[in-house]
Amino acid sequence: MVDLSVDLGFLKLKNPVLTAGGTFGYGLEFAPYLDLEELGGFVVKGLYYGPRGGTPPPRLVETPSGLINAIGLQGIGVEAFVAKVLPKLRDLDTAVIVNICGETDEEYIRVAEFLNGHAGIAAFELNISCPNVRQGGACPALDPGTTFRLVKAVKQASRLPIITKLSPNVTSVAEIAAAAEEAGTDAVSLVNTFLAMAIDVETRRPKLANVFGGLSGPAIKPIALRMVYQVASRVKVPVIGVGGISSGADALEFLLAGARAVEVGTANFVDPDASLRVIREIGEFCERHGIQRIEELIGKLETS
Amino acid sequence: MMKDPEARIANVKRWGDDRLFSIESPEVAGLARPGQFLMIKISSQLDPLLRRPISIHARENGRLEIFFQVAGRGTEILARKEAGDTLDIIGPLGKGFTLDERLKGMRVLCVGGGRGIAPIYFLAKELRGIGALPVVLYGGKTAAEIPLRTKFEEAGLPVLCSTDDGSYGFMGFVTGLAAREIKSYLPAFLFACGPDAMMKAAARLAESSGIPSEFSLESLMGCGIGACWGCVKRIRREGQENWVKICEEGPVFPRSEIVWPEEGD
Repeated sequence: MVDLSVDLGFLKLKNPVLTAGGTFGYGLEFAPYLDLEELGGFVVKGLYYGPRGGTPPPRLVETPSGLINAIGLQGIGVEAFVAKVLPKLRDLDTAVIVNICGETDEEYIRVAEFLNGHAGIAAFELNISCPNVRQGGACPALDPGTTFRLVKAVKQASRLPIITKLSPNVTSVAEIAAAAEEAGTDAVSLVNTFLAMAIDVETRRPKLANVFGGLSGPAIKPIALRMVYQVASRVKVPVIGVGGISSGADALEFLLAGARAVEVGTANFVDPDASLRVIREIGEFCERHGIQRIEELIGKLETS
Repeated sequence: MMKDPEARIANVKRWGDDRLFSIESPEVAGLARPGQFLMIKISSQLDPLLRRPISIHARENGRLEIFFQVAGRGTEILARKEAGDTLDIIGPLGKGFTLDERLKGMRVLCVGGGRGIAPIYFLAKELRGIGALPVVLYGGKTAAEIPLRTKFEEAGLPVLCSTDDGSYGFMGFVTGLAAREIKSYLPAFLFACGPDAMMKAAARLAESSGIPSEFSLESLMGCGIGACWGCVKRIRREGQENWVKICEEGPVFPRSEIVWPEEGD
């Protein structure tokens, strides 16, 4: 029996596979298709303090092996989450991670402080990298100074561990990761989506009402992997790899590159049980190669 | 709702860009209600990436039927499938049409435009099952684009057709045909599925005639199961307008809740 558990220091996961925020709803949507307790954990869709309306449609464009979305973090807000959703997640034997958002530093803090007091949440994923909520794809994760300030403020307000989710839309993601680490983040997850667009040549109009959106799916995996490798080489906090993972082999690439865990994202839309397939294939790989503990593989990329 | 990764296509019918597949998936078929849909995987590879939402057209002898039109890359690939191939489907998804027992003995208009006819067949059969008297109005551009008319006739469902060019039946839009019908009797309910402009005109007609009505909306969908929030439409409830996921709360909505997009949107 392969030991798939991984230790993030602040959180032990039964296996290294989480599902990514924004691709897994509030978790319950997937209960008809998989046993949530088989997951290492899942990240609940981003929450602002209040309910949020999101961007007008069209919100999606399919591109070669990819998906551009501009949802704009539509959601129910923390009060409805705690009242209606969390009671159903609380007793699950898996790590429930809540992705938290804010229009301002103060809102991030309010969200963290509100959720602090409620049992059943293993950690916060600090969403500073959604490209669809501010003009032109701007977000706090584009700047190391802003990242440092925000992570530090939320870390002080939070009683739970913080995973900072980073944007790939930067010159050096390792520099931003270092800023988040210096500010006290417990881990980093990367990457969020790549700022992207698509045009309808017949109408000469953008295919998304928001003009820009975020590209995800298998198309981004090689770039995400390179960024995860760069960040894992730079920071000491655990790195969670995200970007186009839809198979065990994809996940193993990220683990070899130095990620201690991975998040399966867009693949959940295609196959609601994609995350379980990833877990199963990691296990099969380990058995085939006589690997007894998945931890043995983390960061074991050979470059010489 | 469930996933059936090995639903076998038992039979395929082709008319131009239109396809009718009969699919063996007993459990999904058993759960299906009119107005619900399937998410069908297009490729076993990574491109095209997303499943496509396809309306459930019928349940015949325990088999599911889908009727769809080639409208893009996904449906083009799907249209090339043959009898004997398998499909990976998730379903039945969404909330279907409201089948109200009080419609028993009442005349009900079921309006389908183009590929929007797909759920109307299942709906009309189930309406008949509860004792209602469905009248199907089926519109297309030309006689060639209303291939299911004989299927309705064979099922003994009253069907009136319209074509834009007058090549078959009433000449004009199907909503013109509906207006003509309403002049001779007042239906107890109106159901419609089709292009937005057609449904919007049907909604105006239902409103001005005081007929309660429901409409099946269409949208691009990322997942079909309520997780991506990509398929939203503007819905008004208790005076509040919101973007609502049609995969989960629809695709069928009562007229009073739908905020139709402005022309040109």
